[in-house]
Amino acid sequence: MNKSEFIYTTYIRTTPQKLWEALTTPEFIKQYWFGAYCESTWETGSSWTLRFADGEIADAGKILESVPAKRLVIQWQNEWNPEFKAEGYSHCVFDIEQEDGIVRLTVTHSIDKEASKLIEGVGGGWPKVLSNLKSLLETGQVLMEKHLDCRSKTSAA
Amino acid sequence: MVSDEDKVFKALADASRRQLLDQLRENSGLTLNELCEGHDISRQAVTRHLAVLEEANLVTTQWRGREKLHYLNTIPINEIYTRWIGKFERGRLRALDNLKQALEDNHNE
Repeated sequence: MNKSEFIYTTYIRTTPQKLWEALTTPEFIKQYWFGAYCESTWETGSSWTLRFADGEIADAGKILESVPAKRLVIQWQNEWNPEFKAEGYSHCVFDIEQEDGIVRLTVTHSIDKEASKLIEGVGGGWPKVLSNLKSLLETGQVLMEKHLDCRSKTSAA
Repeated sequence: MVSDEDKVFKALADASRRQLLDQLRENSGLTLNELCEGHDISRQAVTRHLAVLEEANLVTTQWRGREKLHYLNTIPINEIYTRWIGKFERGRLRALDNLKQALEDNHNE
């Protein structure tokens, strides 16, 4: 299999509309993404960037598919780490499905490359971000408030 | 009613199921056949264990054609982690570890 892939699923007591807003509103994103935030008009074909809390671009790309409250596909390239950036574009897919009073969010992040360092890197980050998102939508509070910055972790290693 | 958290702990309280999670940590997107390799237990038992893991949301599945692929979903484990450990600063835990190490090294000299 010439592919690296992570799939994460979380069940959130919310509505698809609220979840969509949470995924596409910078001020809301900052709260659960450890200070980082996304910028885009969220229409198919529009550009997309993920910035660290200090504004430096972490990742960039474009929106490949956008169906509000249902599905979002981002073409995603790393910008801050030369090793990750060299791997080129990855795909990040958000699928939102409603099941009896609960919303199932599935995040699939993949790249057409075996043993991808980028996917390994984001694989560690997604559970933290998604657990925070779930907690924020359900309780109004995040689990981990501290600003995590993957740049410092790498330079320290 | 069994809570989501109970399901996670019950699912984890079995060596075969933990081994299945280990396999998925090594290689994501495995089929049932691939997961059965390296297990002494029957295919039926593996299927049952996977159903328990899926019910606890520790495994996510996706259909690729006629194949069902299995992925480790670490979100419930992350929630357990943040509940008991994440609150404390990990830096402080590391500092204690270092202190312990330094004291023990001194003692051995």
